[in-house]
Parts: sequence; structure tokens; C-alpha cells
Amino acid sequence: MERIEEKQSYSLHTISLLVQNLPGVLSRIAGLFSRRGYNIVSLTVGPTEREDYSRMTIVVRLSSMTVEQVVRQVQKLVPVVEVRELKPQDLVERELMLVKIKTPEKNHSELRALAETYEASIVDVSPDALIVEATGNAGKLDALEDRLKGYGIQEICRSGRIALERGFKTLAPPNLK
Amino acid sequence: MAKEKMTGAQALLRCLEAEDVEYVFGVPGGAILPVYDALFEATHREGAKLKHVLVRHEQVGAHAAEGYALATGKVGVCFATSGPGATNLVTGIADAYMDSVPLVAITGNVPQTLIGTDAFQEADITGITTPITKHNWLVTDVEDLPRIVKEAFFLARSGRPGPVLVDIPKDVQNAVFEFEYPETVNIPGYMPAPKEPPRLAEAATLIRSATRPIVYLGGGVRTSGSYAEVLAFVELVGAPVVTTVHGKGVFPETHPRCLGMFGMHGSRYANYAVQDSDLIIALGARFDDRVTGKLAAFAPEAKVVHLDVDPAEISKLVTATVPLVGDLKALLPKLHAEVQKTFEARGRPDLAPWLARVDAWREKHPLRYVQEPDGPILPQKAIEVIYERTRGKAVVTTGVGEHQMFAAQWYKSDYPRQFITSGGAGTMGYCLPSAIGAQLGRPGELVIGIDGDGSFQMTLQDLATAVELELPIKIFVLNNLFLGMVRQWQELFYENRFSATPLKDCPDLVKLAEAYGCLGLRARKLEELEPVVEQALAHQGGPVIVDIRVRRQEKVFPMVPAGAPLNDMIGGE
Ligand SMILES: Cc1ncc(C[n+]2csc(CCOP(=O)(O)OP(=O)(O)O)c2C)c(N)n1
Ligand SMILES: [Mg+2]
Repeated sequence: MERIEEKQSYSLHTISLLVQNLPGVLSRIAGLFSRRGYNIVSLTVGPTEREDYSRMTIVVRLSSMTVEQVVRQVQKLVPVVEVRELKPQDLVERELMLVKIKTPEKNHSELRALAETYEASIVDVSPDALIVEATGNAGKLDALEDRLKGYGIQEICRSGRIALERGFKTLAPPNLK
Repeated sequence: MAKEKMTGAQALLRCLEAEDVEYVFGVPGGAILPVYDALFEATHREGAKLKHVLVRHEQVGAHAAEGYALATGKVGVCFATSGPGATNLVTGIADAYMDSVPLVAITGNVPQTLIGTDAFQEADITGITTPITKHNWLVTDVEDLPRIVKEAFFLARSGRPGPVLVDIPKDVQNAVFEFEYPETVNIPGYMPAPKEPPRLAEAATLIRSATRPIVYLGGGVRTSGSYAEVLAFVELVGAPVVTTVHGKGVFPETHPRCLGMFGMHGSRYANYAVQDSDLIIALGARFDDRVTGKLAAFAPEAKVVHLDVDPAEISKLVTATVPLVGDLKALLPKLHAEVQKTFEARGRPDLAPWLARVDAWREKHPLRYVQEPDGPILPQKAIEVIYERTRGKAVVTTGVGEHQMFAAQWYKSDYPRQFITSGGAGTMGYCLPSAIGAQLGRPGELVIGIDGDGSFQMTLQDLATAVELELPIKIFVLNNLFLGMVRQWQELFYENRFSATPLKDCPDLVKLAEAYGCLGLRARKLEELEPVVEQALAHQGGPVIVDIRVRRQEKVFPMVPAGAPLNDMIGGE
């Protein structure tokens, strides 16, 4: 029989939540994660198709805890209407990244070409700096970030993951569907 | 219900009346004055059912509300003012959260114009209590108040019960509006129905195949009130029963199948039986570390059928072979029927060898103590005398420490809601407040406290409350002049370095009792014990405090040291 024990390795999971827009909802959720020792890798929150509900996408790093346990604990919070783990094969995920690069103007065209390869764009240019904007999954953005390192990254801002499940399933209880 | 014009404060009380609240425990203050003003009318009006109990410390108010809730099965209610009044509730709320006690705490707050300005007696009590409540609310608009109070009571008592807090700024209490109490609540996503039907057949197959099954009963049985269902189920399955401290009394503890409490201070036979079982049927329990001992070594051969209303308890610590999520009262009869069907089809398992083995353990390692006739009174003896003299029928509340574990071991509980104690939080000072609440909730019944000298001194100021209400509670202080349980650990694991555990200058409890207007009694020698217990129980009128001087260094055995496997006990061979 299994007893839940400390595991050395850890795994990443994407959890999608539909929450009621009540005061303090973000701190309630973040507080639950911190007091139960679930590590948040990223957390995004934004409006949905209904104005009194928000959607959150949380990427969590777990070692000893199962993702089912996290989902069940989160489900108990009153403002949480629905919560589900989105399996990697079932989700479309995107992240937005802005990178400020300090580099002489002569490198700009090279950077433009690099950006194009990653379907990124250059959204601000000044004589010795520019800002690259990219969207995609985390792997693609990591790769781009890696390539940009050589040019002198000044600042990076990444939005954290947002994700939706593929297909027709939605994250809403029947009375909201 | 027709709409009616009134203030938020008046509306709050109307909500409480609609929820059939009998008692509110509280202390007034500036930020909750409008509510107290409305309370004056609401409690003095002819035919008023709502009563307010003025406690002397808000923590006591919260614990008294818990005692009331646990003794009656209803929701406990407490009031506090903003800032320090509200923060004084925190220990009680945390205690209720750990033990799943339905509690509605209502606090006043500074007017909304002052919130966030570090105003006098301002505290972010919703922020502070978020981790220790099922939910809480800061009411910003009086129009929301009735709905919020309705939701508060609903959440406190439904599913896995627990505490909630409603924080009401003073301007909201004063605001006038058209009051109407909603009839229903709508909380989308609360307690979603399980996605799959319960795996009853699988559970029944496991039960049929087990040769060493055990039934493990927790506080969830008390919550759901499924005593008859549990008794019938145990009689069908034929397995021995163990309980947690909150499971005491949900199944008659003197029933031949009942092995009593298991865990850190459970009996050897209960712990051996759990550890050696091949199937654990857990009903309304959560595998707390105080019962499992070292988790990795817990009942290594046991499969687990886990039935609980809280899905988050399933496979949190011990993986459930078959999880069954739902209210015991509804689900257990279904499991019962399924097991019966399986037994009819495939015959009953032969549990005789297993039961014989358990009985052999019980005979070989009973709970025991040796009281020397002219030695100091042993705490176990004191509790046995109290048990006999109350014919095992008292409602018992306790403090936290050695006396609590002795009480759990020796005050056998045959009746549900009879043993009221702080389990998950282990809050010293719980005994007197919860006895006050329990006595108010069960007025005709005998309510006694088994307290420690340390615990008693944490909330004793509320003797004044008990005297004012003329409550006939009897508090037996098992006085060892020590913070005994900590001293026990120092004896066993810290080479007798009694750092900050002697409580030598205990006030004279007899005089103290008298100062408060209680009857004070004392037993120092064994021959004084029975007469003093008799006298206390015979006393009519207000509270009695009995100072029972017990052997100072008596330890609670058996003991599973923290982090040791459940069958690795010290003492009590
Ligand atoms: C509020 C609180 N503070 C500290 C503790 C730690 N603690 C656990 S038992 C105990 C000693 C209790 O002493 P007493 O009430 O005299 O009971 P005894 O163990 O002596 O029977 C202490 C200090 C606690 N459980 N609760
Ligand atoms: Mg003591």
C-alpha cells in the first residue's frame, strides 16, 4: 500500500481555475498555495467571457504532493467555481515575453532576422536599445531568450502561462454553461 | 418574508433569529456598538429566544461557541469588536478549523472610510483569518448583509463543517435598508458532486476478501450523526473498531468490538491491531500524524477504503485503495447494502482467528496503572472514580496535556457528543470555555471538565461567566503542578531538563474558586478522592472547582514517540 512520502524529484503542472470575482480571491488562492507548500512557478489572472468570473492559470511545481491533492484543496476555496489540471497533450498554452536588449544599432538587422525566425517582433527601437516581443509556449520562449543572451539582455518580462483545453470541453459548471 | 426597514445591526440579529441561534458569546467594543445596542432590544423583547453571554475574553467566547456546537450539533456563534477583540478570537477560530467545528464569528470593524488607514483598533481580520476559516467576508454594502449571513451559516454547517467569519464595518451596521432574509443560497462550485459514481462493489469486494479488517472512526461520524448506521455496519462486517479522540462515543466504547482510541496515546492492543490489519475502513477520519505515527511505516499490509465528505482528505496522507466521497449518512447504508449482497453471494469472511488475535493483545496489554493505597493519587485513578460516580454519562470537556490523554483513555464514552476536546489544535485553556458552551447547549445534563493546572490557568477568568449564569459545571483540575505533557517529553527525550515546566506557585484553587463565588474543593490523599468527587457531583447551583493533587510525574503510556512507527510504543506493556 502506498503511503505519501517525500519524493526527491519534482514535476510541473498547469492548473486552470475559474473563480468568482470576489474581493481577496487572488490572495486566498496564493495563500493556499504558500501555506500548503505548493510552489507557484507562474500565475496569471484575467477576465473571462463573463464579467463576474476570472480565469487563472497556475503553473505549479510539486515534489511530495500529487496534483490531484492540489486540485482538491483549491476546489474547496469558496470563490473557486471550477479547477482542473490541463494535461500537456490536451492544452494550448501561450506566454508573452518582452525583452529589452542593449545593443549597438549595427546589430539591429541581425536581431530583426532572429526575431522573425521566432515569429517575434521588435516593438520599440532607440539608438542603443530595442524591445522584442514574443509569444508562444514556454519552450519556444526559452529558446529565443537563450539566443538573445549574446546581445546583452537588460530586462525580461514574461507574463506566465495562459492555457485552454483543446476541443469543446470548457471549464464551467453546468449552470454557467 | 416581507421587506422591512431597519439598520444593518438590527438585520444581523434578525438573521441570527432566522437561523435559530440561541446563544451568542461575546464582548462588546466601539466598532460593534451598534450591534450590541440592537442586541439590547432583541434579547430583552418579550418572547426573545436570542441570548447573549458576556464572556471575559473573546477566546473564551469562541471556545464556548465550539463547546455549544459540539455538544448540540448546531452552529456556535461569537461576537467581537475590531482589532484586539477580533484577534483574540483567532485561537478559537483556528481550533474550530482544525476540528471541523461549525462556528460563525462576527466582528465589528472601523467605518469603511477609515479602513486601510491604520485607524484605532483596526485589524485586517479577514486577511488574518483567511487560512483558518472555510470562508470569510468583509461586508461593504448593507444590502449584501442578509445574503452573506445566510451563506455564512450554510457554509459553517454543511459538508465538512468549519468556522467562518463575517466582518462588518461600523457604517454598515448603522446603514438603513429594506431587510429581507433570503431563503436559499447559491454558491457556484461549492461541494461539486463527484464525477464518478461511488465504487461500492469494489469496496465490498475488499471487505469480503480481508482477513484482518479494522474500522477506523473519526470526527466525521459525529458530524454526520450516523451512529446507528455505523453500529449496523460494524455488526455486519464484524471487524474490530478503533477511534480517534473525536471518534470517542460515536460507537459505544464499551462495546466488545471497540478497542478505543489508537495513535500516540492509544492502547497497545488498538495500535497493534491497526498496524497488523490488512484492510482499514476509515469513516470520517483524516489519518492525522497523531494517529498514524511514522507514515511510511503505517499499517504496511493494509489496503484502505476511505469514506469522507471532504474529497481533499482522500489520499492526502494515505492512498485510498477505494475512495468513497460523500456524506456518511447517505453513503454508508449503500456500502452496507453492497457488503450484505456480497456476503450473501460469497459467504462471510472468517474473522475468528483475527478477533482472537486482537483479544489476545487486549488481554496481554490492557491499559493499566497501579495505585498505591497510601501513595499519591494517580490521575488515572481520579478519572476512573469520576467515571464511576458519573456512571459514564457525563458530558466531558478537557484541557490539553497529560490529563486530556488520561481522560481519553479512562473516561470510556458510550454516547456521541459526550467527549469534547481540542484535538487538531491542542489548545490549552479549552476546558472551562467549552464546558460553559456545552452546559448551555445541554441544560439538563451533567457537564464536567477534566482539566490540567496549566490549561486551567489559561482561561480561568471566565469562572465569572459560569458563576453569573449559575452553571452547574464541575471542573476537576488534575493538579500536578507541572505543564505535565511537556515535562513528560523532557523526561523521555531531554534528560529531565525541566525547562519552564514546573508550575509550583499554583494559586490556591479552593480560595480562587471561592473568590469567584464557586464551591472549591480539594483532594490530596486517596481517601479524600471519592468523598470529594461525590460532594462535587452532589453540589446544586453554580460551578464547582475541584483541586485534585495527583502524582506529579505520572506519565501517559503507552506512547508512540513522534516520528516512530505506530507499533513502536514506550511503556504500557
Ligand atoms: C495554548 C497552548 N500553549 C502551549 C501548549 C503546549 N503544551 C501542550 S501540553 C502542555 C502542558 C499542559 O499542562 P496542564 O494543563 O497542566 O496539563 P498536564 O499535562 O499537566 O496534565 C503545554 C504547555 C499548548 N498545547 N497550547
Ligand atoms: Mg499540569
